[in-house]
Amino acid sequence: MNFEWLGEYGRMMVLGVMTTLQLLLIAGTLGFALAVLVGFGRLSRQPFIAWLSLSFTNLIRGTPLLVQIYVMYYGVGSLFVSFPLLRDSWLWPYLREGFWYVALALTLSVAGYVGEVIKGGLRGVPKGELEAARALGMPRLLMIRRIWLPRAIFILLPTLAGESVMLLKSTALASTVAVMDALGVANLIRNQTFLTYEPLLVMALIYLLLAMLIERLFKRLEMRLPVRNAF
Amino acid sequence: MPPCSTTICPVLLFTQGRASLSDTFMPQGAAAVAPIIDIRNLRKRFGAQEVLKGVSFTAQTGDVVSLIGASGSGKSTLLRCMNMLEVPDSGQVLIAGEEVALKTNRHGQTVLADPPQVDRMRTRLGMVFQSFNLWPHMTVLENLIEVPIRVLRQPRGEAIALAEALLAKVGMAEKRHSYPAFLSGGQQQRVAIARALATRPSVMLFDEPTSALDPELVGEVLKVIRDLAQDGCTMVLVTHEMAFARDVSSKVMFLHQGCIEEAGTARQVFENPGSERCRQFVNAQFCRA
Repeated sequence: MNFEWLGEYGRMMVLGVMTTLQLLLIAGTLGFALAVLVGFGRLSRQPFIAWLSLSFTNLIRGTPLLVQIYVMYYGVGSLFVSFPLLRDSWLWPYLREGFWYVALALTLSVAGYVGEVIKGGLRGVPKGELEAARALGMPRLLMIRRIWLPRAIFILLPTLAGESVMLLKSTALASTVAVMDALGVANLIRNQTFLTYEPLLVMALIYLLLAMLIERLFKRLEMRLPVRNAF
Repeated sequence: MPPCSTTICPVLLFTQGRASLSDTFMPQGAAAVAPIIDIRNLRKRFGAQEVLKGVSFTAQTGDVVSLIGASGSGKSTLLRCMNMLEVPDSGQVLIAGEEVALKTNRHGQTVLADPPQVDRMRTRLGMVFQSFNLWPHMTVLENLIEVPIRVLRQPRGEAIALAEALLAKVGMAEKRHSYPAFLSGGQQQRVAIARALATRPSVMLFDEPTSALDPELVGEVLKVIRDLAQDGCTMVLVTHEMAFARDVSSKVMFLHQGCIEEAGTARQVFENPGSERCRQFVNAQFCRA
């Protein structure tokens, strides 16, 4: 085993891990926000909204994430190239980067998968608690914001921890469209040093540590609400 | 409907140094002639089942009205129509003289015409449920101040002061920072009663408040309700506790298959009912107890 390259490539690895974390945070927060909309949409009594949410979830969950990333990057991305107006605009530096296509694909993926999870969580909140909020005079939106959604999220914390770890690992697909995330950097090091395993092993260890960190953060959140296993 | 401040006296509540709940339920004086709850010819059906078949009902400020009857007789539905948790198919509901606006939607269902109006009315109707329904992600105190702060826009300090007075009243002051999951059923229900009182309602609605409790916990909850009744709190109570209903009620109504079969003072209904069904029901309940 040869780890002498660590000194030379250390800075690059840090940048790679930062890119991975950026993807995680962007797709995590935006995806979660969208997932909340999808979750409520799935429960909507408006047939069109319910249909739209269901179709979206089916589309996202029914196709491989890698295919979605390719469609975004090679499909949508190359479409943009044909608009000279876009190519000259300030947006172009962003549109040229694989990063934003991956971020978008991951966001939609989270929205699809977590949306379905949130739907289940919303259903799991006892109806009486919502009724109590309404009966005491809370308008519907306030009830959703203060009672329904927070309750669902607390119920779902263990599941959401798992989804976050899944997302962390999905970000590695970014390397397939030339994004220098953690895995992308590892591959680069492999090519330049002709070492097969060592860079991969180091990055695997970093993913593992990040995953443990996420689990611990969620555990902490769970501890903030001491609920006996009464329900 | 007069604003809340005319029916209650928050100043009294705090300047006296000790909270007295009777201030919360002071009669409205000469201006208030309309019954606090006035229900006219209410009908409600669930599918093929007609649960209320044209029920009329009034409660005056200061009344303690008990609704009794067998399961499925419509008493809970009637109570839930008072604050529109169930929207009746037809009939009128007036709260302090103001009629709840209803309309028919394009599917032919009766729905609320003005939801904000109902939200406003609901803050004047405290509701207590059979299954407590405290919000488990909030502490006891947070459960109490949520609606006063978020809906009634009360200053936080004022809301907390009232909440603590109410918790003391129901004997739960020392648990104010506990989460509901750590309380017994009786304690949860007492907190739920305090939560309903925290909006300073004009009427309290109780939907079988002791039915989900272990027998040894029923007493502590009934005592709180009895104290409220003695303080002059206006309340409508769906209950299977016949002895309790007989003791606290100013008015008792016996429902049978969606109709009010017998109504009168507790004495009339329990000791000298006109209807044979009512007599059988009451006797059966007392023999059981």
